[in-house]
Amino acid sequence: MTVSTHLPVGAEAIRDKGYWLAYRFLILRRLSQVFFLSLFLLGPWFGIWWVKGNLSGSLTFNVLPLTDPFIALQGIVAGHWPEMTALIGALIVGAVYALIGGRLYCSWVCPINPVTDAASWLHRKLDLPKGWQPKRGTKYFMLAMVLGVSVLTGTVAWEFVNPISMLHRGLIFGAGFAWALVIGVFVFDLLLARRGWCGHLCPVGAFYGLLGNKSLLRVTAQKRAACDDCMDCFAVCPEMQVITPALRGKDADTPLILSPDCTNCGRCIDICSVNVFHFTHRFDETPAPGRVRDRTNPAPKVGKAA
Amino acid sequence: MSATLTQPKNPARRRFLQDAARGTAGCAVAGMSLAWFVQDARALPDRAIRPPGALPEEDFLAACIRCGLCVRDCPYDTLVLAELGVDGAATGTPFFTARDIPCEMCEDIPCVAACPTGALDKELTNIDDSRMGLAVLIDQENCLNALGLRCDVCYRVCPAIDEAITLERRHNERSGHHAIFMPVVHSDHCTGCGKCEKSCVLPGEAAIKVLPIRVAQADQAEHYKRSWEENTPLVDEIIDLPDRLPGTGTDNLAAPGGFEPTFKLPQGATTGGIGQ
Ligand code: SF4
Ligand code: SF4
Ligand code: SF4
Ligand code: SF4
Ligand code: SF4
Repeated sequence: MTVSTHLPVGAEAIRDKGYWLAYRFLILRRLSQVFFLSLFLLGPWFGIWWVKGNLSGSLTFNVLPLTDPFIALQGIVAGHWPEMTALIGALIVGAVYALIGGRLYCSWVCPINPVTDAASWLHRKLDLPKGWQPKRGTKYFMLAMVLGVSVLTGTVAWEFVNPISMLHRGLIFGAGFAWALVIGVFVFDLLLARRGWCGHLCPVGAFYGLLGNKSLLRVTAQKRAACDDCMDCFAVCPEMQVITPALRGKDADTPLILSPDCTNCGRCIDICSVNVFHFTHRFDETPAPGRVRDRTNPAPKVGKAA
Repeated sequence: MSATLTQPKNPARRRFLQDAARGTAGCAVAGMSLAWFVQDARALPDRAIRPPGALPEEDFLAACIRCGLCVRDCPYDTLVLAELGVDGAATGTPFFTARDIPCEMCEDIPCVAACPTGALDKELTNIDDSRMGLAVLIDQENCLNALGLRCDVCYRVCPAIDEAITLERRHNERSGHHAIFMPVVHSDHCTGCGKCEKSCVLPGEAAIKVLPIRVAQADQAEHYKRSWEENTPLVDEIIDLPDRLPGTGTDNLAAPGGFEPTFKLPQGATTGGIGQ
């Protein structure tokens, strides 16, 4: 087999930028995930009831109602028009994600994300085969399927199996055998399909992606000319197909990662030793020259990156 | 001929159609599995009682987002969210087990007030109107009162004592000269709070249990009229018997609207009339 020609993923970034800058957004994301989870746990564990409920629906400081808009939508198509409190809650949550970044939910809030990130990390360490890779867009089919089943059965269908609420509710209210589902997602991502759950199947992620299709917060590959083809960003990105158009674009192409699949996790920003990426807004028009290609610097085969 | 068939004119279009067909088929399979699972998992066990004001079960599963706010605001920790594989109710939906902690029938109904979706119906403003279930004296062989003792505990704890549960006095056939005070539940007042079940003195299972209305109550027989409840004629406006008003003799001869017989009674026969 071919000898590995470059350092392990992330080694260059740590060498050139130091540990903090190489892991900044990962650490911030974990803190954010812990923060949102502990808000919900303050009540049951310490009796501080700032936030009641769970990610499906909650009440903060007894005034602010929040509702998961995807769950509210399933309820509506199942035939129940919710009361004002739940509607307002869904509108608030929906508006925030639509405005800032849809799949921000995935990277910064969702409790399953650390699970699938761990599976992906272990997958990389063990150098396992990619496994089953469903077509891009499968998760949108899943989304349509879930809404269809909600209509047919007249229930909030995804909540019967949703590992996100199983885990989150399980931590707050008691899990029963919900752990099995979470372990199932981990094993699926580790052994059966690399990045399979969040990248290809989860209809919740698909919903938030569509919701934030026009959202403001974007990663840009503005300094793409500096890319040295180490491919580390492709290795760590949970949705690596979103990087290509921005990073490999010509001068005229936008360096913004505009795909709704991007979770705004910022891992590409961390891992790039030459700082190609940074966070910006979708109207940022700073010129971003593409890379000069010639025979000594040919375009890499992106598809084989991982 | 066969060559033109095996060589697609437009490979990209063919691939697109194949992908779309496979995607649709995959979704259909996943969708049917999910639908099957939902149908299977939605069955509500008889011992799981929904909170006050809960919509009928079909509507409830469309409405409840499983947030647990009702659970949090229940001051007696009556309500719990169902856990996967442990409690039979759909995972994450609220219910209570009467034998563990019954509903205390809070006057302000905080669980209903907390529900953001209307899965617990805000139309319910008087807790006495709630119908979480219906108590049934299910074991009439072991209930102490049924054996002729005066336990009466379920009767005494009932928040609607003498309305939801009454003690019906019966003859004790076994001893021959004692009475049995049977606890009898009345559906027009029982809220299904479960306090009776909780406090039944028997060890283990209670002799009186709250069951969901759908299990506890049969449909009324349509053809059977309860004359003591409804005092309307069987067939309207067809049979109208003449009114008998008091008058001379049994035959009402002098009364207005009275019935004039076609025959004449012999004189003196009226003296033997009933009630004379
Ligand atoms: S794709 Fe689904 S499970 Fe994964 S992080 Fe997003 S919402 Fe959570
Ligand atoms: S009425 Fe009171 S005791 Fe009964 S379930 Fe609601 S909050 Fe709990
Ligand atoms: S508060 Fe309403 S929506 Fe939330 S769990 Fe209870 S019944 Fe369901
Ligand atoms: S469940 Fe029992 S205690 Fe509650 S109202 Fe009915 S008969 Fe009374
Ligand atoms: S408490 Fe139990 S044993 Fe006593 S009378 Fe009621 S049902 Fe019978």
